Amino acid sequence: MQNEIIIAGFGGQGVLLAGTLLAQAAIEQGLHTTWFPSYGAEMRGGTANSTVVVSADEIGSPLAFNPNALIALNEPSLNKFMPRMVEEAIIIANSSIIPFDKEYKIKPVFAPVTDIADKEIKNVRTANLVAVGSLIKALELYAKGSCGEEADMRRQSAQEKEGDLCDLEDTKVLTLKSALTACEKVFSSKPALIEVNKKAIQAGYDFVKYL
Amino acid sequence: MSKKVLVKGNVALCEGAIAAGLKSYFGYPITPQNEVPAYLSRKMVELNRVFVQAESEIAAANMVLGAAVTGARAMTSSSSPGISLKQEAISYMAGMQIPALIVNVQRGGPGLGNISGSQSDYFQAVKGGGHGDYKLIVLAPNSAQEMYEMAYDAFDLAEKYRTPVMILADGIVGQMMEPVEFNKPERKDFVEKDWHLTGCKGRHPRSVQSLLMKDGVLERHNINLQEKYKKISGNEIQFEKFMTDSAEIIIAAYGISSRIAKSAVKLARKEGLKAGLLRPKTLWPFPSNEISLLADSGAKFLSVELSHGQMVEDVRLAVNGKTQVEFLGKAGGAIVTEREIVAKIKEMIK
Amino acid sequence: MEKILKKPESLKDAVLSYCPGCGHGIIHRLAAECIDELGVREKTIAVAPVGCAVFAYDYFNFDVTEAPHGRPPAVATGIKRTNPDKFVFTYQGDGDIAAIGMAETIHAANRGENITIIFVNNANYGMTGGQMAPTTLIGQVTETTPFGRDPKREGYPIHLCELLATLEGTAYLERVSIYNPQNIIKAKKAIKKAFQCQIEGKGFSLVEVISNCPVDWGMTPLDSIKWVEDVFIKTFPLGVVKDKINAK
Repeated sequence: MQNEIIIAGFGGQGVLLAGTLLAQAAIEQGLHTTWFPSYGAEMRGGTANSTVVVSADEIGSPLAFNPNALIALNEPSLNKFMPRMVEEAIIIANSSIIPFDKEYKIKPVFAPVTDIADKEIKNVRTANLVAVGSLIKALELYAKGSCGEEADMRRQSAQEKEGDLCDLEDTKVLTLKSALTACEKVFSSKPALIEVNKKAIQAGYDFVKYL
Repeated sequence: MSKKVLVKGNVALCEGAIAAGLKSYFGYPITPQNEVPAYLSRKMVELNRVFVQAESEIAAANMVLGAAVTGARAMTSSSSPGISLKQEAISYMAGMQIPALIVNVQRGGPGLGNISGSQSDYFQAVKGGGHGDYKLIVLAPNSAQEMYEMAYDAFDLAEKYRTPVMILADGIVGQMMEPVEFNKPERKDFVEKDWHLTGCKGRHPRSVQSLLMKDGVLERHNINLQEKYKKISGNEIQFEKFMTDSAEIIIAAYGISSRIAKSAVKLARKEGLKAGLLRPKTLWPFPSNEISLLADSGAKFLSVELSHGQMVEDVRLAVNGKTQVEFLGKAGGAIVTEREIVAKIKEMIK
Repeated sequence: MEKILKKPESLKDAVLSYCPGCGHGIIHRLAAECIDELGVREKTIAVAPVGCAVFAYDYFNFDVTEAPHGRPPAVATGIKRTNPDKFVFTYQGDGDIAAIGMAETIHAANRGENITIIFVNNANYGMTGGQMAPTTLIGQVTETTPFGRDPKREGYPIHLCELLATLEGTAYLERVSIYNPQNIIKAKKAIKKAFQCQIEGKGFSLVEVISNCPVDWGMTPLDSIKWVEDVFIKTFPLGVVKDKINAK
């Protein structure tokens, strides 16, 4: 299993940090990982992105040749990266600012991460990690071979059996647990931000119910 | 839980140099190596060591010369256009036999080029980018872990042979983060050598120079340098082999290309194609002998580079007409993909 | 009998390669005497330039390194920052310091590097046969200004001390000459003061020594000395340009 994840958005939306968190989560699970940013002039205005590769095996290119997951925090990013994704890619689209009533080549999972961050977390800057939470859930559902209502049903029964969803560690899929641990590492120099960002990840995770 | 920390290749490089006892760093901003001066500007000051942001790449390299001529471990880093400017001091240091570390986090060229990772400075690094008959030991890391390890080892190599060492990285290896284990012991307590300029207390004055005008002296100096380079060639070649046994096609690739090539070899093997990888970790000295031996078995070679064909010339020299040598590469920020490599392998096997 | 004059310990017993009548020999001696008198010979690391003084390591009896053309202030920065306890000075000509090395000069000065520069200004590139230097006078004929330096073509002579005086980082700047004994004594005082400035950790010091280059100027040594007095120092007036050694 190799996940090639692209996180893209406006400069300032925290796409580099979101990628760092995913890479750190991979380390927590003992997986191989690479993180690669867009850098230089691209950092200032326009879209920024980072690419995270997570694999059970040694990683070749840190650039995504077959990207199978995308977090698009704005519309230009969705338009830019959608054509590069593999067919069955998981795409989290920030529906707070991306129209969801359009035709897309690959149907994204729409999550209003900016609104969730603003209203639920009371910190709009955590939208990036809300999206990370959503992505982790979506990848998890995908790994379980779930789709549609069937997934919803499974999810509900899983919720009844506490901890079931965390058993995915063996399947080399990033878990909520490792993302939350990664949050402590990534924000270790700013401890005040740990809890709010953990909450953001959890909120994003909880929002996605099915693919 | 892992002891590994997630850092950029550029930062891992800094930690390797610091662990090796780096005393003085002199830099100048240029993308994609900016993390190096940024990181060291804090770290070196905290460690009570020397950090100077120089007025130019030229000045930075000459500051390294000054620090290193006193016996201190000193380095500078830059990216392609800046490395061109450093060639003056590099040639002087080669001539004066001053050990130091120069890091090139390559970007696209020629000219100002762009800031994407590239491997177009191979010739400049291994064929002598400055004037005169000299060689640099050139190390080619392909991961953040190797950025750390090679920066650590570079100073020992430089001092062992009294020669400048270059780390030839690229924008991708420099910019990407990977888990790195900082596992090397801190180096300190260095011994004064008989050429270090330390003030002549209790001894005869010393001078270090490359200007040798007296009859025959420069000729002798050059012969000595060549003998030294021969010794380095005999002792210091490093390479990695992956599935080269019974391989029909052997990819030669270094740095970031070698990682993509390795994935391509795995992919090719899955499809039943007998591919292998030879990755030079030292670009000079170059593993010519190993390539020659592999060519004896009839294996064809494919050099994969982010350039329009530079290392391939050394592969051809090593193969010396014994088998076919092909090239696959892109420059200017474009990346060769695993699929493209596999397609080329198929074409060569046909 | 008591010996009242001897070669300074800081000079080797070597025959200088400079042309007859050239000022470098005197300036070497002044630097050597000052280093002896200040007792810093054994902790001196000097930087030789590219130019006539490139062989300085053959004459000075202390540690000397070579530097690429114009880069001595950068090399000295590397030495001094790494070894703040050593005494570090560069010895440079006008082309080295004010043409190819202007950036290194200005920025070492601006950083207030605690080093000393002895800058020998003889208004031309001596070693390469007398080409125009940044300090060549208006109208002066050199190998590359056969019609005399024309400001329209070649610009104006650079007054380095005055230029550096505008920088906060400079502590002591003086222009002296060596065309007669009185001025030689003044020059020595200036060099000693500049060296002391470094020893006391007061920052960047530079002494510009207006010197002569009889062979490349096409003059006898005596005529060249007279030209320094009558013409050269009219464009480059002597004196302290900046002294904030004792400023707070």
